Amino acid sequence: MDFQVVVLAGGVSKKLLPLVSHELPNALLPVANRPVLSYVVELLELSNLKDLIVVVEGKDTALNVGAWISGAYADRLHVEVAAVPEDVGTAGAIRAIARHLYAKDILIVSGDLVSDVPIGAVAATHRRHDAVVTALLCNTPVSGPLESVSSGGKDKAKKPGRYDLIGLDPTKQFLLHIATGAEVEKDLRIQKSILRSVGQVEIRADLMDAHLYAFKRSVLLEVLDQNGEFHSLKHDVLPYLVRSQLKSEVLLNGTPQAEENGTEKVISQSNQQMLSQILANASEPTFHLRHELSTNGSDSVRRTHKCCVYIAGSNKYCARLNSLQAYNDINRDVIGEASHLSGYSFSSHNNIIDPTAELGAKTTVGPHCMLGEGSQMGDKCSVKRSVIGRHCRIGANVKVVNSVVMNHVTIGDGCSIQGSVICSNVQLQERATLKDCQVGAGYMVTAGSDCKGEVLTKK
Amino acid sequence: MGAPKKSAARVSEDHDELVRVPLQAILLADSFTTKFRPITLERPKVLLPLANVPMINYTLTWLESAGVEEVFVFCCAHAKQVINYLEKSEFNQPNFTVTTIESQNCVSAGDALRVIYERNVIQGDFVLISGDTVSNMSLTQALLEHKERKKKDSNAVMTMVIKRSKTHPAIHQSRLGTDEIFMAIDPNSKQLLYYEDKADFSKGTLHLENSLLADNPSLSLHHDKQDCYIDICSPEVLSLFTDNFDYQHLRRHFVKGLLLDDIMGYKIFVHEIRADYAARIDNFRSYDTVSKDIIHRWTYPLVPDVMNFGNTATKLERQGIYRGSDISQAQSAVVGPFSVIGSGTKIGKNTKILNSVVGIGCKIGSNVHIEGCYIWDNVTIEDGCELRHAIVCEGVIMKSGSALEPGVVLSFKVVVGQEFVVPPYSQVSLLQQPVEEDSDEELEYADSTSAITSTVDKSDGETASELLDGHFTPASELGFGGAGYVWPKCEGGHEEEWRHSVAPITEDKILEAVKAMEDELELIHDGSILPPSGELIPNPNDSDDDDNDDLRDDFDKEVEATFLRAVLENIQENHLTLEVNSLKLSYNKVAADCAGALFYAMMKYAVDLPHSSADGLVQNVHVVLTKWKKVLASYLNDTDEQIEVILKFEEICLESAKEFAPLFTKILHYMYNEDIIEEDAILSWEDEKKDADEADKVFVNQAQPLIQWLKEAPEEDDEDEE
Repeated sequence: MDFQVVVLAGGVSKKLLPLVSHELPNALLPVANRPVLSYVVELLELSNLKDLIVVVEGKDTALNVGAWISGAYADRLHVEVAAVPEDVGTAGAIRAIARHLYAKDILIVSGDLVSDVPIGAVAATHRRHDAVVTALLCNTPVSGPLESVSSGGKDKAKKPGRYDLIGLDPTKQFLLHIATGAEVEKDLRIQKSILRSVGQVEIRADLMDAHLYAFKRSVLLEVLDQNGEFHSLKHDVLPYLVRSQLKSEVLLNGTPQAEENGTEKVISQSNQQMLSQILANASEPTFHLRHELSTNGSDSVRRTHKCCVYIAGSNKYCARLNSLQAYNDINRDVIGEASHLSGYSFSSHNNIIDPTAELGAKTTVGPHCMLGEGSQMGDKCSVKRSVIGRHCRIGANVKVVNSVVMNHVTIGDGCSIQGSVICSNVQLQERATLKDCQVGAGYMVTAGSDCKGEVLTKK
Repeated sequence: MGAPKKSAARVSEDHDELVRVPLQAILLADSFTTKFRPITLERPKVLLPLANVPMINYTLTWLESAGVEEVFVFCCAHAKQVINYLEKSEFNQPNFTVTTIESQNCVSAGDALRVIYERNVIQGDFVLISGDTVSNMSLTQALLEHKERKKKDSNAVMTMVIKRSKTHPAIHQSRLGTDEIFMAIDPNSKQLLYYEDKADFSKGTLHLENSLLADNPSLSLHHDKQDCYIDICSPEVLSLFTDNFDYQHLRRHFVKGLLLDDIMGYKIFVHEIRADYAARIDNFRSYDTVSKDIIHRWTYPLVPDVMNFGNTATKLERQGIYRGSDISQAQSAVVGPFSVIGSGTKIGKNTKILNSVVGIGCKIGSNVHIEGCYIWDNVTIEDGCELRHAIVCEGVIMKSGSALEPGVVLSFKVVVGQEFVVPPYSQVSLLQQPVEEDSDEELEYADSTSAITSTVDKSDGETASELLDGHFTPASELGFGGAGYVWPKCEGGHEEEWRHSVAPITEDKILEAVKAMEDELELIHDGSILPPSGELIPNPNDSDDDDNDDLRDDFDKEVEATFLRAVLENIQENHLTLEVNSLKLSYNKVAADCAGALFYAMMKYAVDLPHSSADGLVQNVHVVLTKWKKVLASYLNDTDEQIEVILKFEEICLESAKEFAPLFTKILHYMYNEDIIEEDAILSWEDEKKDADEADKVFVNQAQPLIQWLKEAPEEDDEDEE
C-alpha cells in the first residue's frame, strides 16, 4: 500500500495532569487496562497498515513507548519510534521526520484516538478524489456523563460540546470551511468566493475533526516548508489548505497531475466552448473543475486542490483522549456502549473479571465493569461502571462507581470512590471518600478524608 | 383552475377555526424602484405587456387559481391607470374580489403596508406579492406549513418562497439580473437565519454571528437560491411595519430587521419550490428571461394561448410560434421559432423575426430584421430596419433604414429618424430625464413621477403630438425626423447597464468580471496571511475605537451635507439651525461639536467655490460667513465653543484645506470683526497653546500681531474714553 502512517503520540500533556507523567506518557495511559496507543495501532492493523512511524515528544517518552511497542507488537508490526523535541507542535513533528517520508500519501493520526472507524475507507476517499488532504470527521462526543455525578464539565453542560465549525458541500464530500480552537467561539466568517462557486455550504457544529488526516506528501511537505510559522496541522495547515483550495498555491507536481494539465490546455484553447458551457451550465462537474474552467479566460490557469472529508457513521465510535473529562468518558464507553473496542470478551453479566481476580463474600461487580488480573476485593464491596486495574488490593465495604482505578492501588476498608481516577500505586486509607477527584500516582489518601472535585498529587 | 382552488379551500376548512377567514392577498402595483425607466414615467410597471398580456394579469390569474379570494391592489404611481384597467377587466367575480387601495404619497413598500394596516381590511394570513410576479406554484403546501408553524410558534410570522437558481459565478448575478443573495437557513426547521442581498462586493467574507450557531447544530449557507418575492404573512407583519415606521424595503429593512432584532423573537421561514415556476420581473433582464420562460411554457397555464384576454385569440403553432388572428404576413417573411405575433400585425416582404415578441396591430415593413426584441402594440417599423435585443414601446415609429443596437429601450411614441442608428444601451423617451434630486432611489421615484405624470396622464397622445410639433426640429437627437430624448446615462448606471438590459451579456464582460474576481481572490489571500497560532481575526478591542471615530465622522459628514443642501436649496437660517439641532440630539453631541462641524462645512464650501487667488478665497469666506453667521453664532454662546472653532480652523488649515494656512490670521480677524469670535476666546486660545510644541504653535505665532493688537486695544479704548 502506498500509504505511510505517522502516529503522533505526543509527550506528557498538561491537560491530562496528574494522570500522566514521564513514566506514564499520554500514549501509555491505560484505557480499560490497555495503553491508549494500542487502540490506534490495532485500528491501523485492521486496515492492514503495518508500517508505522510513532512520533513522540522527548527522549524519555520515546524510550518508554518504544519499550512497550517492541514488547507488544514486535512480532506483527514494523514500528519505528521517533523522538522530537517538546513543543514543536504537530507541524513541527512532521517537519522533523520529513526525510523519513517517501510514500505518495501520508496518513497522520493522533495517538490519542479511540475509534472503530475503518481507516481504509478514509484512505480510499482520499485516493478517489485525488485530494490534497482528507480529514476524518466524527460526531461530537456526548460530553460529560449525562446521567451521572460529575460536575467536572460544568461549562460544557450548559452548551453542548462545540469543538469545530465545519463547512461542507451539499454532497458532504468536500471540506469548504473549518474553524477550530478559539475561532469556534467567534463569529463565523465564510469566504464568499467559495460559497459562490459551490452554491451551498452546510455549516455543522455537531461534527468534530478527529485528527486523522490523509495528506498528499508533496503538498504537505511543501506547505510546511514554505510556512515556517505553522505550528499545528489542525489549526494552521488544514485551515490554510481549505482556504486556498480554489486558488491553490501549492505545486501539484505528482505524476497524475500531468494528465490534468493536459486537459486544461485543451480547454484554454477552446475558450469559446468553455464560455458557452458555463452560460448554459450544461455540465455539472465538481465545483473545483467548474472553477478552474470559469477562470480560464485569463492567461494563468487557475489551480485548485481538493480538501475532502470522510464522515464517520453515527454508529461508529470516535473520541480523542485529550482531557480529563474525555478520559472518564472513554473509559466508561469502552467498557460500556463501545465494548467491542476493548478487545475483551465480556461475560454474561456484561463485565470482565479476570480469572485470577479474587472477590470477597457478598461483593458485587455490576455490568460495564472491569477487574484486572490479580486484583483482590474484600467482602461486601460494590463496583459499578468502573475499571479496576491489575494487582489492586481492595478492602471490605468499598464502593467504586463511575471511576477508573489503575494498577497496584491499595484501597482500605469502607472507602467510597465516585467519578474519580486513581492512578497507579496510590494508597487509600480507611473510610476515605473521593468524589470527582484525580489522584496522582503514588499518592496516599489519609484515613477518613473526604474530598470533592480535587486533584491530589504527590509534591 | 378549478382543482387547486378546491384543495386550497379545503385546507382552510380543515383548520379548526370558528370563523372561516377568506384567504387574502396584498398586491403591490408599484415596485417603488426606477429600474424600468423611462417606460414607467408614462405607464405603471404592472401594466406593461409581457408576451402581449399586462403583467398584472399574470399575478391576478395566479392568485385566483391559487385559491385567494380577496385581493387588495395597492396603487401609487399612475394609480388612475391601474384602477381604470382593473375596472375594465373581468377579474371581479363572486368568489374573487379585487379591491383597489390608492395612495399618492407612499414612497416604499413599507408605506404601502402601513396604509393598508390603517384601512383595517386584513383579517388573517395573507399573501404579499408585487404585481410583477409570474408564478404557477401551488400555495396549498406553503400555506399549510405556515399555518402549522404559526400554531406551534406564534412568532413565525412570515414564510418566504424561494427557488433554486444558478448565479453566474463570475458576474455574481442570476439569469434574472438580480444581485446575488446570500442566505443562511436552518436545514431542519427551514428558518431563515441570515439574508444578504445587494451584496457588498468589496467584502470577501460572509460574516455570521456566532449566536446563530448556538441553537442549531448545523445551518446551510445558500448562494444558489432566488427570492421569488412571494411571502405568506401573518397579520402581525402589518403591525410590525406600523411599529417600525422606518421600515421601507421589504427585504432590506423588514427581513433584515426581524433577523437582527432578537428582542421580539419573530421568525421568518422559507418554503422552497422545486418544480413550480415563480419569478419577479425586477429589471429588463428579468423581463427578457421571464418572457422567454413564458414562451417556452415553463409557466403553464400562464401562457399566451391560454390567457386569452379580450377577444384576441392566440394560437400556438409548431416550434413555439404564437400567432394572433388577422395577421398578414408576406410569403417571403420568416418568423423564427419561439416568437409571439400579435393580432392584426402586418409583416412585409423578406422580413425576419427571430425569438421576438411583436404586439398587436404593428406594421412591419420589408427587409426588416428583428432579433430578440420586445415590440409592443401599434409600432410602425419601416423598410430596412434592423432591431436587435431591444424593447420598443407602444406607438414607436422607426423610419426606414434605422437600427437599434442591443440593449436599447424606446419609450412610448418615440420616433427614430431615417438611417439613424441608436447606440447600444440607450434609453430614449419623449420625456426629459427627471433631475435626480435625492440619491435614494426609492424615495425619488414617487416624488418625481407624481409631478411629471400628472401632465402625461391627462392625455398621452396630446402631449406626444405637442412635443412632436413644437419642440423637435427635424434634426433631433434621433436623426432626421426623429423625436425623443436620449437619456444621458447616470454615473452609477453606466457600469451596471449591461447587467440589467435585455441584451445578452457579452463575452468580454464575462472575462472582465472573471478578471475582477481573480483580483478579489488575490485580495483575500493577501489580507489573511496566517498568523502562526491560527488566530485569523484581529483583536476585537480595536473595533470599538473605530466605531467611535466612525460616529464622529458621520456626524461631521451629516452636518456638512445638511449645510450644503441648505446653501443649494436656499433654506432659511432658522431651518438649518433646526436640522443641525436634530442631528446634535441624534448623535448626542454638544454645541461645540456642532459649531466645529458647521464651521468646517462652511470653510469647505468656501474652498469649493470658484476662486482664482488667495484674495478670492478670502472673499468667498466673507460671503459665506456673512450669510450664515447667525446659524454659527447660535452655537457659539460660550468661549469654549469659540475656542473649538478656532481649533477646528487650525485643523482645517493643517489637513483638509491647506490653502487657508496663509490666510489664517486674516480670516480670524474677520471673524472677530463680525463678532463670531470674541476677544476672550482668542486670548484663551493663545493661552492654551502656550505650553504646546513649537509645531502646534504655527498659527498662534502667525496670529501674534492680531493678539497683540487685541491686548492693546482695550487700553486704547480706555484712552479714548479719557
